[in-house]
Order: sequence, then C-alpha cells, then structure tokens
Amino acid sequence: MKYTAHINVMPLKELLDPQGKAVNNSLHNLGLSQVHDVRIGKHITLHLEATNKEEAERLAQEACKKLLANQVMESFDFTLAEG
Amino acid sequence: MKFGVIVFPGSNCDRDMMHALRDDLQQDVVMLWHKDHDLSMFGQDDCIVLPGGFSYGDYLRCGALARFSPMMEQVIEFANNGGKVFGVCNGFQILCEAGLLPGVLLQNENQQFVCKNVFVKSANTNNIIGRNVGDKVLKIPVAHGEGRYYADAETLEQLNKNQQVVFRYCDERGEVHINSNPNGAINNIAGICNAGRNVFGMMPHPERASSSVLSNIDGQHILQAFTYMN
Repeated sequence: MKYTAHINVMPLKELLDPQGKAVNNSLHNLGLSQVHDVRIGKHITLHLEATNKEEAERLAQEACKKLLANQVMESFDFTLAEG
Repeated sequence: MKFGVIVFPGSNCDRDMMHALRDDLQQDVVMLWHKDHDLSMFGQDDCIVLPGGFSYGDYLRCGALARFSPMMEQVIEFANNGGKVFGVCNGFQILCEAGLLPGVLLQNENQQFVCKNVFVKSANTNNIIGRNVGDKVLKIPVAHGEGRYYADAETLEQLNKNQQVVFRYCDERGEVHINSNPNGAINNIAGICNAGRNVFGMMPHPERASSSVLSNIDGQHILQAFTYMN
C-alpha cells in the first residue's frame, strides 16, 4: 500500500520563536492587531510503502523521531492518507 | 598528538582551523573527508575537530544532516571510547544533533546573524580548557545565526551540577549579564562539555583569534588545551 504522510514540526510552546514573533509584529503593522501568538514551523510531506496503516504510522513516527524533528526544541504530529 | 579536522560539504572554517593548529600552534593536522570512515590512525591523545560552516546548507536544522555522514558514526564511537572531540559553531550544532552533547542551538533571539568579537570566561576549571584558560577573560569572535544555547530545566541542572559549562558570555571585565549575551543563550552559555569531559562544543571561533597577524591570539589558550595530555 502507498501512503502519504503530512507532517507538522513546530517549535515547542515554551520556547521563544523569534521568527513567529517578527511575523506577529509585521501583521500588527499591517493593521491586523487581533492576531497574536504567531508560531512558525515546518510542513513536510513524504510518500511511503507499507503493508498496512499501522506499519505506515510506525515508519512515519520513526522518521520524525530520528531525523525530521529534534524533540529538544520541536514537537511533531502527522496525518496519513492512502495513495 | 595530532588533530583531525573533518570537512563536511558546506564547512567553511576548516582551513582556518587547519592554519591555526598547524601554523600558529605548530601541531600535526590531518584533514578528513566526511565520507571517510576510518579513524583508526587516531588514538586517545589525539583530537577530532568539527569546524564551523553551514554543513549540508543547514537544511532541515543546523547540523541535523551532517550527523548522519559516515564519518560521524566513527566520531561517535571515537568519543564514546574517550577520544577528544571539539566542535566549533556548526561543529557544536552537529555534536548536539548527534547526541554527544546535551541541548540544542536555537535561532538567535534577535533573529539576526551576529558577527562580532565577544568576551567569554571559563565557568569551571575541572576540564582541559578551563584549566588552561584559568580566570582570563578571552576576546573571541562569534559568527552565527543559530547560537542560542537551550536545554530544558532538568538538563540544565545536570550541566551545572556536573560542572559541564565551559564558557559563559561576559563583558570585558568578566562580568556575566544579559547585555554581554549576543544571542539569548540560556544562562549566557557559550560552550559546554559532556559528562566524560572529552567532548567540547562552543559557538565562538578560537581559530579566528590565534594568529598574531590578526592582533588577537586569545583563541590559542583554547586550542592549546587539546595538545596537553589528559
């Protein structure tokens, strides 16, 4: 079976995200003063072959833990779609 | 003893490091390619150096991809056997990604690439660098966009308890405060070592301050430390 994983990697909530802060300020400068707490992470998609959804989930989890996210500074979540 | 300097694709301080060690400190230096996987010529008295730069274009995260190069597997083994390893700037980031040093280097608090001379002082004297530097305040340049050292509260407590903080950013009088911190690093941390005190990482560049031609040889105190026996 072919699966597509949509992975989000975000800076941990307790950490200052300077990029998000700068974008937050720029949005305020545009007059969007209702916007707050902008945080910027990464969206990664990858295709994988697995015999079933459980295996696909395990593979995606391993990819995130071993390389795609550094859990000292980032959290991750993902969704899997067939195809 | 001899030094091995690893060259990753995107390293750009490897030659500076080689010249500092070879020409300023008169040491033997072997350049190592990241695709090599033989460190058998290096023993306990030798030192492997991971230089600064932008290995693998800083893709994904600084140091994240370099950590998986063939040579790094050997470096991890070398370090676990007690060999001396020293990472500067991007080299420090790689050591953190490889799990040889705790914590991580985050984007600078002010979002800017910081390139200037800063002052650091040794935080502990129970490691080879601290012993050599003593209470001297050193002027060493930094050049990084991601140098904000961070570790969670538990790790930080361990670092302090085990006296693994090697350098803190300070002012020229040696006082550690928020204004002497160039990147927002937690507790002004500029460099640390592992619990075994054989793996060292720091953001400032001692190799850029070791030639009298550059009117600053403070970096020699740091590089020299690795030439002494444990």
